Amino acid sequence: MTFSPDKLNKVQEIIARYPEERQKSALLPVLHLAQEEFGGWLSVEAMDYVASLLQLEPIEVYEVATFYSMYNLKPVGKYVFEVCQTGPCMLRGSDDIIAYIQQKLGINVGETTPDGLFTLKVVECLGACGYAPMMQLGKFYREHLTKEKIDAIIEECIQNAAINN
Amino acid sequence: MSVKLLLDKANIEGIRYYDAWRKNGGYAAVEKALKMTPEAIVDEVKKSGLRGRGGAGFPTGLKWSFIAKPEGVPRHLVCNADESEPGTFKDRYLMEFLPHLLIEGLIISSFALGSNVTYIYIRGEYAWIPDILEQAIAEAKAAGWLGRNILGTGFDCEIYVQRGAGAYICGEETALIESLEGKRGNPRIKPPFPAIKGVWDRPTVVNNVETLTAVVPIINMGGEEYAKIGVGKSTGTKLISACGNINKPGVYEIDMTISVEEFIYSDEYCGGIANGKRLKACIPGGSSVPILPANLLLKTAKGETRMMNYESLSDGGFATGSMLGSGGFIVFDEDQCVVRHTLTLARFYRHESCGQCSPCREGTGWMEKILKNIEFGKGKLSDIDLLWDIQRRIEGNTICPLGDAAAWPVAAAIRHFRDEFEWHVLNPQESQVRNYGLAHYADERNVVA
Amino acid sequence: MAEGTPLFKVTIDGRTVEVPAGTTILQAARKIGGEVTPPAMCYYSKLQGSGGKCRTCLVEVSKGSDKDPRPMPKLVASCRTTVMDGMEVKNVTSEKVLDARAGVVEFLLINHPLDCPVCDQAGECHLQDLSYEHGKADTRYEFQRRVFEKHSLGPYIQLHMTRCILCYRCVYTADQLTNKRQHGILDRGDHAEIATYIEKSLENDFIGNVIDVCPVGALTDRTFRFKNRVWFLKPMNAHRECPNCCGKVTLWNRGDEVFRVTARKDEWGEIEDLPDGKTAWICNECRFEKKKTSDWVIEGPREINRHSVISQGHYVNAVVPNETFPEVMGREPRIKLQIHDVSEVNEPDRNISLIEGPAHSDDFKD
Repeated sequence: MTFSPDKLNKVQEIIARYPEERQKSALLPVLHLAQEEFGGWLSVEAMDYVASLLQLEPIEVYEVATFYSMYNLKPVGKYVFEVCQTGPCMLRGSDDIIAYIQQKLGINVGETTPDGLFTLKVVECLGACGYAPMMQLGKFYREHLTKEKIDAIIEECIQNAAINN
Repeated sequence: MSVKLLLDKANIEGIRYYDAWRKNGGYAAVEKALKMTPEAIVDEVKKSGLRGRGGAGFPTGLKWSFIAKPEGVPRHLVCNADESEPGTFKDRYLMEFLPHLLIEGLIISSFALGSNVTYIYIRGEYAWIPDILEQAIAEAKAAGWLGRNILGTGFDCEIYVQRGAGAYICGEETALIESLEGKRGNPRIKPPFPAIKGVWDRPTVVNNVETLTAVVPIINMGGEEYAKIGVGKSTGTKLISACGNINKPGVYEIDMTISVEEFIYSDEYCGGIANGKRLKACIPGGSSVPILPANLLLKTAKGETRMMNYESLSDGGFATGSMLGSGGFIVFDEDQCVVRHTLTLARFYRHESCGQCSPCREGTGWMEKILKNIEFGKGKLSDIDLLWDIQRRIEGNTICPLGDAAAWPVAAAIRHFRDEFEWHVLNPQESQVRNYGLAHYADERNVVA
Repeated sequence: MAEGTPLFKVTIDGRTVEVPAGTTILQAARKIGGEVTPPAMCYYSKLQGSGGKCRTCLVEVSKGSDKDPRPMPKLVASCRTTVMDGMEVKNVTSEKVLDARAGVVEFLLINHPLDCPVCDQAGECHLQDLSYEHGKADTRYEFQRRVFEKHSLGPYIQLHMTRCILCYRCVYTADQLTNKRQHGILDRGDHAEIATYIEKSLENDFIGNVIDVCPVGALTDRTFRFKNRVWFLKPMNAHRECPNCCGKVTLWNRGDEVFRVTARKDEWGEIEDLPDGKTAWICNECRFEKKKTSDWVIEGPREINRHSVISQGHYVNAVVPNETFPEVMGREPRIKLQIHDVSEVNEPDRNISLIEGPAHSDDFKD
């Protein structure tokens, strides 16, 4: 398990942002890179690799990876729906949206569809309260969600998956 | 129409990019500031009366003056872009649409504080925004506003963007510093404060995005002029991110001289309650601050008109007032359930507790469980007193303000909406199918059919 | 202490003491001793960076200093707050402190399994002491207590995560005593746990010290597991020539049999300092492998703090020191109850060394 030369350059570039001997500061950004590179989640192998890159003890990486909610420690589907359920989104109907996605995909919160395409997660406030209800899908936010929008997003993901395969 | 200092250029086409920004007066503040001494800049900021826009409202100039300056030790400015307080999404707006405003503020503030390497710590979920910021940084650098020997002053400055990875607690400045060092976001025990020992044990100032952008108009117009805007100790303008059951959710800039009523009902701002419903309650400054029922929101306990500023919103203390906080303005219509909303907040704080200190780690989870019982028809009347007791013993006894932030919403909900909690307990079945609705505390004036 | 460090006067619960600048309130209180000393579950003076987390040592600063007499607005963690000249502190004399402390005890206990009857730490557990002094007999918590997946830390150290109060002491110990830390705090909030993430045994010559620093029964000695109750054992000072560590230990004996070896602990439950000022950490070999009396040079019985239930069986006419507690509180501290008033075990005239096999409550019935 290793990064591509591009990613390795990126790692060096990140480390250079901090004072000498402070390469541990690169841990969060490098874990993001590892998650992108190695299938959307962080295996023990991936974390140990990051530890060796940054000259850390593996436990230092595990401690950090388990603290932050964005690192997936188990495999996830190709498309992860992270639906916000905190107060302001709740006021605008996020509970109904979550229920609809569950019904539509036939999975519960925390589960992945059998075809490995979709994972449904509920998350706490993502800072888009004025555009509620909303969810994160990959790098971007999907806002002002309605049942129709959910249908369209699911369709879009299926299409994309078909093109990429 | 109130004064606009931050969002005045927001609608100009292409303003996200350097050319448009520069053409419209961008970087004039940097040109001006770099001809001043760092001390003179700190003075201007002091004179402006600017208060931290992240939530605590601490005077920025004063905070800057605390930074230690030991010989030979680098200092750092860190921009807190870990915006995570439910109801708050103003910094995102600034970074997404006006990145150069922030970069400008960062250059001036870095110069004032002597920070040659400045970091923007942005919450991990805002995953697309670092690209926008990094592009703006590259543009600024290409134009000579960043890098070595800026404008021939001998001042060097680099700005780097660091992404978090999902942790509300990293908005607390010492947790943010820990996270920037690549560690778990556990808040540090203070003292020492970051101004003495911050990131990598170096003197550090951590400021919110909006605070740092406000430095730009302060330099452009001068601190004294800035201080003339607003009222009392609420000087300048404040961004309010309005959400919940209103017609026009979004980010608004106000000059803190308007009333809460105008803010909610005027078409310039929230445009009234959505779907013709009536106002029930509001959390005016981000989820941590006390919720107020409509009657106490629009008028203070003394019967005065409640204004959108630091002093007026906190008038009456926690008994009958609230706080301006981060400016996250969450509005509830008559059909909303305060118990359920409080439950979501309790769940939020339990989820976001770092787990270091016992009152927060154990207390937040306990409150969530009790609230769940009450919400789902399994509560007891004694649970309400128990909740009160738990929040009381969390508040003030924790390492960082997350404990208070978790305790206050529960306390305020019980203080002002106790009848709704009791109704849930006494009507376990009915409460599952309908909401308590509007009670005596609602705004009688606004009965819209 | 650096030459010329000024001395600061600090008054805690009406008792004044002079300490060098830079001393924490807790250390100043320990200098006075007795009940003016706040309890500490996470702070450990021998571990850098420890403290501030458990919040049991919160005190009220009613006067900041002579220069600035304003009181501090919030209770402060006495283990991490340094004294100022003329500072006045309230510990047991502050209702606010007692209330907050009762709250902390309740928080620490809501998810604690209360399995003292099967816990090897019972009798020397700081959480037991704390609950006895500041807790309530019943609980207001009506939910299922937290559980964790079980993990093994190897042949020497037993981990019971459910008992852990997340003091971080064992993490600091591993950081400061060993060169490769293998365990840490994983996850966050009320799911945070001590673990290695991948199943692995802790291997380092000094890692056994995590057992001694653990304030509760989360980390216990596997070689002593379920062997005996600490209060049935007789602690003896002993030493040996050890190539790895100081070799100065406490043996926990019954008759000639060594049941357990620990480092020597002071009245605050911390490992003692050696004459050269270094802390008397001991190595795994001394702790786990030397279980014969012949391995050791016995120095004699160890004096046990009267704070401990262990002392009740060994020192018949122990002189109870004068305490400030009755003076300031107008009552005896509950912890000074004579164990014999409530238990028939360990009557003063029983010599438990003479009992065959493990002691049983029947052995104490006439």
